Amino acid sequence: MAISRRNFLKCAALTAGGAVLAESPFVRAGAKAVIKKDIRYVPSFCEMCFWRCGLIAKVEGDRLVKLDGNPLHPQSRGRLCAKGQSGMGLLYDKDRLKTPLIRTGKRGDGKYRKASWNEAYSYIAEKLTAIRKKYGPESVALFAHGSGGAYMGNFMEAWGSPNHSHPSYAQCLGAREVAFTLTFGQGPASTAERYDMANSRVMALFGSHLGENMHNSHIQDFVDGLGNGTKLIVIDPRYSTAATKSSMWLPIKPGTDIALILAWINIVIKENWYDHDYIAKYAIGFKELKEAVKNYTPEWAAKKTDLPKHQIVEAIRELGRYKPNVLVHPGRHYSWYGDDTQRGRGLAILNALLGTWGRKGGIWLPPKVNLAKLKKKIKYPKPKRDSLAYGDYPFSSAGITTEVRQATISGKPYPIKAWFVIGTNLMKTMPAPEITKKAIDNLDLVVNIDLMPTDMVMMSDVILPAASYLERHDDLAVVTQKNAGIAIRQPVVKPWKDVKPAWLIANELCAKMGLGKYIEYKTLEEHMREKAKLWNIDYDKLSRVGYIPIPDSYHPYITEKNQPKFDTDSKKIELYSSALDDEDMDPVPRYTHHREPPAGSFRLIYGRSPVQTFSRSINNKWLWELKNDNAVWLNADIARQMGIKNGDKISLINEKGGKSNVGRVKVTERIRKDCVYLIHGFGSTSKRMTMAYGRGIDDTQMMTHYATDPICGTNGLRVNFVKLLKES
Amino acid sequence: MKHYAMVIDQSRCVGCMACIAACVQENQVPFENFRTRVLEITKGKFPELRTEFRPELCNHCDNAPCVMACPTGASYKREDGIVMIDRDKCVGCKACIAACPYDARYINEEYGFADKCTFCLHRLKKDLEPACVATCIGKSRIFGDLSDRDSEVSRLLAENESRVRLKAAGTKPRVFYIKRYPTKK
Ligand code: SF4
Ligand code: SF4
Ligand code: SF4
Repeated sequence: MAISRRNFLKCAALTAGGAVLAESPFVRAGAKAVIKKDIRYVPSFCEMCFWRCGLIAKVEGDRLVKLDGNPLHPQSRGRLCAKGQSGMGLLYDKDRLKTPLIRTGKRGDGKYRKASWNEAYSYIAEKLTAIRKKYGPESVALFAHGSGGAYMGNFMEAWGSPNHSHPSYAQCLGAREVAFTLTFGQGPASTAERYDMANSRVMALFGSHLGENMHNSHIQDFVDGLGNGTKLIVIDPRYSTAATKSSMWLPIKPGTDIALILAWINIVIKENWYDHDYIAKYAIGFKELKEAVKNYTPEWAAKKTDLPKHQIVEAIRELGRYKPNVLVHPGRHYSWYGDDTQRGRGLAILNALLGTWGRKGGIWLPPKVNLAKLKKKIKYPKPKRDSLAYGDYPFSSAGITTEVRQATISGKPYPIKAWFVIGTNLMKTMPAPEITKKAIDNLDLVVNIDLMPTDMVMMSDVILPAASYLERHDDLAVVTQKNAGIAIRQPVVKPWKDVKPAWLIANELCAKMGLGKYIEYKTLEEHMREKAKLWNIDYDKLSRVGYIPIPDSYHPYITEKNQPKFDTDSKKIELYSSALDDEDMDPVPRYTHHREPPAGSFRLIYGRSPVQTFSRSINNKWLWELKNDNAVWLNADIARQMGIKNGDKISLINEKGGKSNVGRVKVTERIRKDCVYLIHGFGSTSKRMTMAYGRGIDDTQMMTHYATDPICGTNGLRVNFVKLLKES
Repeated sequence: MKHYAMVIDQSRCVGCMACIAACVQENQVPFENFRTRVLEITKGKFPELRTEFRPELCNHCDNAPCVMACPTGASYKREDGIVMIDRDKCVGCKACIAACPYDARYINEEYGFADKCTFCLHRLKKDLEPACVATCIGKSRIFGDLSDRDSEVSRLLAENESRVRLKAAGTKPRVFYIKRYPTKK
């Protein structure tokens, strides 16, 4: 039978722009024939999460009826995950922000009045002008996640503030990127993650929630690897989805990963599993490394990690045996214990020793893309004061949200008086939300640009309703999988109500503040066309097919001609980091002990659901019906001791005595006794989120503190303990 | 004559529910009703565990109890093997729901008829795979024609040991379960 996805594409490509009539399969036979409407297929890319998969939208008249993966686009390959499939749940959410709102009551009490865009801009302008006069333009800070962040970043530049910050750095993968950059001169991120999982012979995963964290093509690669016979080793205190696919599960004691990694490095060197030629050719610092790890024996690691010695040894030998076509996958959400850069260094060193960088089944080299830059027609002013968002860390490489928060409270090194927030629910992003509240108390202005009335949106003075990814253009995206290409985001339906795309909001804010000369384009599309022209891409074709590959970009593996470049100080892989040494930091990772939960307490571990993107999607009706609660995983033996049964009502108590919502417990064998686990992002406090409000437990609220990474300033979040209280 | 069947490779399923979401949208399944689901079943004791992901849907049984139970003839079996419901004949009596041992059916409350998975017949007519198959992130769901011996489903069933749900019930399901890549120990 010839059912092929290709047919679908043909049909999509033919009809994009044009219109065909289609029968509806849903109507009751015999019921009156439905009026047949125009059906259009419009390609674009998803932003239900930040993987940004290519999609094809089926639009009936004015209404979006179906979203499918674009087979041409390498992040989706014709498939969309549950979130991507449910984009209409966001687009048509009745709780969506529909018009600008200005606060009338106290911050946080939810009282707003409707305002016109001009009123809202005027309100912002008045406050901003006063802040500039009293404190200087640098006293305005930005928190951004997602495509819209770039435009607000431009506004900040025009305005003259260097204080941009990104939760994706300090609360997520920052330390990993820094660690790999210190080692290889580059992080493993691209628009995907550069792990060659589909071709890996053996793969070790550290606490990664692959499969629970649904990043489409990443999971496709992972499963293709399993299909091709990848032997999977999973190190996780929890029998995660990934662990269920493993041939070796190492239920490690939380917080001791570095002990395992150091012992592995030691074994690789002592037992001669490393790739001699590769190390000789590309790396420096082998001798120093060897010396530094020599005392980290498997016996020692077994004690620290609570893992059997034979398992520790077996696992690393398996990796050694099949090197270099193996991978030590560091995971994506990375901010765990505050020594995360050092953990990342350890994993980078392991990958180096096994020779995986640039090898099949390891970490592929980025595609070669040579795209000219558009000439900047404008020059932004140079801020008078340095950014405070980088904090006092030698290797912070992006703005740190919690540094901005701290400065907002302390007024040091200088005051922060206004926050612009776009696409991030800070109350559920930064640990210790009571500190966030305290910071907000110090602000003269809080502006949120978002789609949904999230917890953070409900703390703001002015709410600007943004167009969703299905209603707007965003700048051309350079997709960097093994092959590179250009993808387009374009409106698949007209924006509803009184919402605007972020690029327009940023431009209009500029105009309002008298910064019109910094506006780069009248419409984003004109800018996109200009870029496409410069890059020799047929824009009209792009808008018909959604994705156009860049020829000859594929160079994933090391060959004689395709040599890797390491952008470190020495231009080599740095097993021993002189950059760290220069800053008086450990040039080779060292084991540090982390405090452990006292009796009756559990370490709080959080993770992801494949059908939710943090707290962003929890009000989406079609995802809500798949997952609307986050039961707390509790070890079955402990549950028995505590007299708790599966499904019982419970609450969590944090270390400052703060109590969570009442939720449910999942009694399971799939977790160690010293920790509990729940899915991040639940427990909305916003009454305007009618589906999500009050449902589930908020893990962020349970985080009373965090451990700051001294190297790069990221927030270790797995350092919190909770007690479990049975509720009736 | 075609002989439609689905083969589900459980070793490739990650429980991501993309299939469910696709089915809901494709078939406009009413809120909080489902034509397919994915179970996660764990056995064993820490740390010796096994977890199985099991996608479930209508089995399009060759010996379909729902068809036999239907008093109006609304539920019927097509020649290509798909079990369908004639919405005009259906009176919403729920006899089929009681008869189905797989809990595959629901009542569309708005219109009052019984409903369930159709193997996306409307898509098959257009030469498209069922929605859940087309989007399956793990490529765990494979669909095709058993009368064609070269089809992927035929090949998979020939090469792998397969199971059906509740074999003893004698319903003769057309949804088969395999574990193509058993984890090597
Ligand atoms: S992984 Fe899913 S939600 Fe994320 S961009 Fe892709 S389809 Fe959208
Ligand atoms: S075949 Fe179609 S109707 Fe049946 S479960 Fe899959 S998507 Fe739903
Ligand atoms: S989409 Fe595929 S991998 Fe995901 S739950 Fe469904 S059957 Fe399993």
